[in-house]
Amino acid sequence: MATNTYVPHAAGYVDNEGVKIVSSRFQYEDSYTLERSLSTGGYEGMKKTLRMQPAEVAAVVKDAVLLGRGGAGFPAGVKWGFMPPVWPRYLVVNGDESEPGTYKDRLLMERDPHQLIEGCIIACFALGLNTCFLYVRGEMPVAQERIAEALNDAYAAGLVGKNIDGTDVSIDIVLHWGAGAYIVGEETALIESLEGNRGMPRLKPPFFPAAKGLYMKPTIVNNVETLANLPWIITNGAANFKEYGSEKSPGTRLLAISGHVKRPGVYEVEQGRVSFRELFYGHNFCGGIKDDNDLKMFIPGGGSAPWFFEEQLDLLLEAGDVGPAGSMLGSGAIVVMDHTTDAVKACLRVVRFFARESCGKCTPCREGTSWEEKILQRILDGHGRPEDIDLLLEVGANISPSPYPVAAAPESGLEAVPFPPKQTTICPLGPSSVAPITSAIRRFRPEFEAKIAAVSPVGAGA
Amino acid sequence: MSRLNEANVELAQEIIARYPRRKSALIPLLHVAQEQNGYVTTAAMEHLAELVGITPAEVLGTASFYEMFKFEPQGKYMVNICTNISCQLLGGEELLHHAEKTLGIRPGGTTDDGLFTLEDVECMAACTEAPCLQVNYRHEYRLDHDDFDTLISELRSGSRPDIPDHGTLGLVRQHIPDGRMAGIDSPEKTGSPEWFTARSSN
Ligand SMILES: Cc1cc2nc3c(=O)[nH]c(=O)nc-3n(C[C@H](O)[C@H](O)[C@H](O)COP(=O)(O)O)c2cc1C
Ligand code: SF4
Ligand code: FES
Repeated sequence: MATNTYVPHAAGYVDNEGVKIVSSRFQYEDSYTLERSLSTGGYEGMKKTLRMQPAEVAAVVKDAVLLGRGGAGFPAGVKWGFMPPVWPRYLVVNGDESEPGTYKDRLLMERDPHQLIEGCIIACFALGLNTCFLYVRGEMPVAQERIAEALNDAYAAGLVGKNIDGTDVSIDIVLHWGAGAYIVGEETALIESLEGNRGMPRLKPPFFPAAKGLYMKPTIVNNVETLANLPWIITNGAANFKEYGSEKSPGTRLLAISGHVKRPGVYEVEQGRVSFRELFYGHNFCGGIKDDNDLKMFIPGGGSAPWFFEEQLDLLLEAGDVGPAGSMLGSGAIVVMDHTTDAVKACLRVVRFFARESCGKCTPCREGTSWEEKILQRILDGHGRPEDIDLLLEVGANISPSPYPVAAAPESGLEAVPFPPKQTTICPLGPSSVAPITSAIRRFRPEFEAKIAAVSPVGAGA
Repeated sequence: MSRLNEANVELAQEIIARYPRRKSALIPLLHVAQEQNGYVTTAAMEHLAELVGITPAEVLGTASFYEMFKFEPQGKYMVNICTNISCQLLGGEELLHHAEKTLGIRPGGTTDDGLFTLEDVECMAACTEAPCLQVNYRHEYRLDHDDFDTLISELRSGSRPDIPDHGTLGLVRQHIPDGRMAGIDSPEKTGSPEWFTARSSN
């Protein structure tokens, strides 16, 4: 395995040094075929599973401390345990990947659909259910066709469907595809969408999917990458899994590192062992900031995450450290911004995303996000008013009562506010829009002030 | 005319059979309708309402929530340019402006020859390959302005057979052979699967 090879057929994937748990087949051009899967240990974990008791399989997953890779980082084994003894029950796979900066589930679906299918069967078996819906984002036709083809082959080979691998176990996996709406990635909205409705989140409680999910029946929603880890875990055991990563966060994550770095890409990285500094500057990873510029800020976990700065570079890729430091690892999306970046402009772009994607179900989010966008736009356009900075913070506080999570700013003597934010809304989308605002204003207030001071006398905008 | 044709009705029935409740098939069926006509027609929505057993208003209610469904004719090629953060940092907005100039349309617009519709879109899960775009949802990576021009002339000259017309998504569909299906659980069913009960009782 070469060091740091950009793998052209798996655009974005960098085959660097280190353990490969979910990306082991990405190096092969035909990684998505059943032949390649079977010749490289594919479906071995599933076959082993079928010889075990469902409860034993669930126990291995719980013991492995497999943290959910969809954003919240909740241990899969623990979540599975929340299902009441009620049937029917469903597994819904979340392949809606659309958090800004996130690029890993699409790779997993396009490059190794059989690994995901095998993971689904293992999960269904452990959960004692026989109907799984695999929800793929609408704007991913290649992932859809790769999964369709993989499912067709797997059904034909007796690896999915009736009497799997000649046993009495029968499990269906149904490919479902969406039609463009970020909010559908939220698990209760995903369920609404799968029922044929507008993808608006449900209130939790009472609608925790594990108890009242699809068709109001117990439902587990898991992320693609979470499930893609299962074949390896079952094949190699929880103890071996815990050899990698840290005690609190075993195993690896597939990280998309984008923006101003020399070698942006998707890297499989052990959790808890590598610092952000190593990721950005290390030779095994991104190899430095683009054009050897200075780092200005970075987003450690997708558009919803509060920003980090120089002072946080030595934090390890460890959810348990990043949370108290004021942000989250979220969906494994790291966006690096160098000193040439306009903080107001970057802030506006992320906020505009949330304003566009708000589903409109609750007022603080629907109204608040569009106000945030409007105010930031007028500041950027040179029509800002001196009171706009505080107004932004005030609008934000209506969506997410302050103090909002932020990183420490040692120079100004300000301490970190730990993640997660509070919310006045049904789901966390609204509060996410406040992350770039509080991050940017706390750190770069003079940039906002300078734009406002340079205000053009013509018209005050909105 | 723009109800689903015979082949698509058959396809629709196959899709519906994979869900315990017909309405769950609605989004995939709307895609079938959009693939047939290039956009979702009123007649198609009425037809889908019959097929899944809801009202046409309910079909529109769902369809209008989702960005990919279009209710009027679109260009043969939908060119979606990502301007979200990772792409913005590496020239996504400049690429969009270049596209506007080259094609002579604004986001949401369609060229007079009906070939191109342009959109300014959100993150398309290719952030490390910025700036990027999709043509009918097929990705193109790390484009400079010359790459964009080349892409457009390839599309004009019909030399990109790998990109199907707008409305068509995956070229391979799931098809479960007869007798291979385990049997989708309906929410009305009670009791755990036999294999589970057998393995859990000792
Ligand atoms: C606004 C919003 C968008 C989300 N988008 C996604 C997504 O695209 N993919 C995903 O797996 N989880 C997404 N999530 C998290 C899901 O709600 C859910 O926690 C996750 O799918 C659970 O899987 P896991 O436990 O395996 O991580 C989103 C959450 C929110 C609030
Ligand atoms: S917070 Fe925003 S996206 Fe979430 S339910 Fe409320 S309006 Fe919808
Ligand atoms: S930000 Fe452009 S693809 Fe993700």
